[in-house]
Amino acid sequence: MTRFIDLTLNGIANGAIYAAVALSLVLIWRATRILNFAQAGMLMFTTFIAWSIIDHGASYWVGFLAALLSGLVLGAVIERVVIRPVEGAPPLNAVIVTLGLLVLLQAAAGMIWGGNPHSFPPAFSIKGYRIADHTVLFSPSDLFGVIVVAVVLGGLLLLFRRTSLGLRMRASAFEPEVARLLGVRVGHMFTIGWALASMAGSLAGVLVAPSVFVGPNAFDSVLVFGFTAAVLGGLESPPGAVVGGITVGLALSYVSGYAGASVVTLGALAILVAVLMVRPSGLFAPAAARRV
Amino acid sequence: MLEVTDLETAYGPVRALRGVSFTVPEATITAVLGANGAGKTSLLRTLSGLVRARSGQITLDGENIGRAPVEQLVRRGMAHVPEGRGVIAELSVEENLRLGGLWRGDGGRDGLEDVYELFAPLRERRALEAHTLSGGERQMLAIGRALMAKPRLLLLDEPSLGLAPRVAAQILRLLARLRDETGLTVLLVEQNAKGALSVADRGIVLSLGRVVAADAPAALAADDALRHAYLGF
Repeated sequence: MTRFIDLTLNGIANGAIYAAVALSLVLIWRATRILNFAQAGMLMFTTFIAWSIIDHGASYWVGFLAALLSGLVLGAVIERVVIRPVEGAPPLNAVIVTLGLLVLLQAAAGMIWGGNPHSFPPAFSIKGYRIADHTVLFSPSDLFGVIVVAVVLGGLLLLFRRTSLGLRMRASAFEPEVARLLGVRVGHMFTIGWALASMAGSLAGVLVAPSVFVGPNAFDSVLVFGFTAAVLGGLESPPGAVVGGITVGLALSYVSGYAGASVVTLGALAILVAVLMVRPSGLFAPAAARRV
Repeated sequence: MLEVTDLETAYGPVRALRGVSFTVPEATITAVLGANGAGKTSLLRTLSGLVRARSGQITLDGENIGRAPVEQLVRRGMAHVPEGRGVIAELSVEENLRLGGLWRGDGGRDGLEDVYELFAPLRERRALEAHTLSGGERQMLAIGRALMAKPRLLLLDEPSLGLAPRVAAQILRLLARLRDETGLTVLLVEQNAKGALSVADRGIVLSLGRVVAADAPAALAADDALRHAYLGF
């Protein structure tokens, strides 16, 4: 029983990270109907920036903030410079552009920081809490991750539901042409959407970095899990992304604990295939409101 | 108020407008009539900048707006209700309305009451998502949302499309009322020529991208050849 509780707690902790990755994919999909395969490269790059800063002696929190801010800027710049020309073009163009960007970012990171993985400090202790003489698989650092992701989700929901900016962003995502006729600067909204998404990705990067080490290809598997979570959540809804993230986290934790760590990626792919077969639109897909 | 000179629009090799010229005086309703494919929708889309004219001039209050970005036009007093209504199905009724007034600040709430006053059913359904509305209510929402921008010139594309005749007549009467009470100027694209002419001050008939007639409604309706050839009544 304690093992089950341990695996559950561990799944929630990892799930929070997958949720952040899924959020970054969902935000971009909502705004521009593009699946951002470059996300793994983007969050790797900003995590490297945070690592450099911490490695030069700054505190963890300076690095943490630098990752988020550089994520914000990187997302905006990428949207403006390389994504803008393929918006509205056939979807395959955007897929190729984001894949190319992934390769480019990974190559650039290799040139700047080298190919060897570097260790990255956690936010807080990674020693599990002690409850009744048992050390659970859940540390203050894990708790921090869960709280931060919850705060980010809450902030996003407030932004979308309660502010004028959020209303403009949603209108731009659903009906860009109508939004423009109503005076919304749709291009700005897409840039903001990419910036926020990229920031959520960067958050996932620094949260997961202590356990995967920082290297040009270190985050590929995190992207696979995050992608699975996003598809499970329906690709459209931020709460769906978080529920998807936690679900994938739990499932993989059980797979890892009961079947062995070597089949974890297989487990993720099995979830992905199962979701696509049984409920291709995901758990949180919007009602069939479109096409009116 | 609006002056259009020699407007040419093309989609690749297909020419949608071939030298269209007309003027729309302030506080009038001008009906744009003609068969499918005559260029009515292309005309509105060119005026609001969704499609760029190949040549010609569009002047709003003496200012050339032919190159102005689409999202600027609402700030110059022009609102466009696109064909098929353009209601955003996933947003609530009130969110749709606020979106129309957002550019004026105040979270788009200024003027909400006036619109609810005009369209009582929208007030009852304010919290519902727009896809739950009936066709007539959606048209009310689309027009109400355009009015939230406090426009001086309203471009309307086929407001009576798919509506019961009684509802369509209501909408047309409302336009006449807004013209008389608030001095709103309307450019009304319609297939329903009879209905449109009943409220319009002037009618323009398009055929294959050209203006073939422009006159007072009574004169257009009195011309049998024109009626049979282009207006279908």
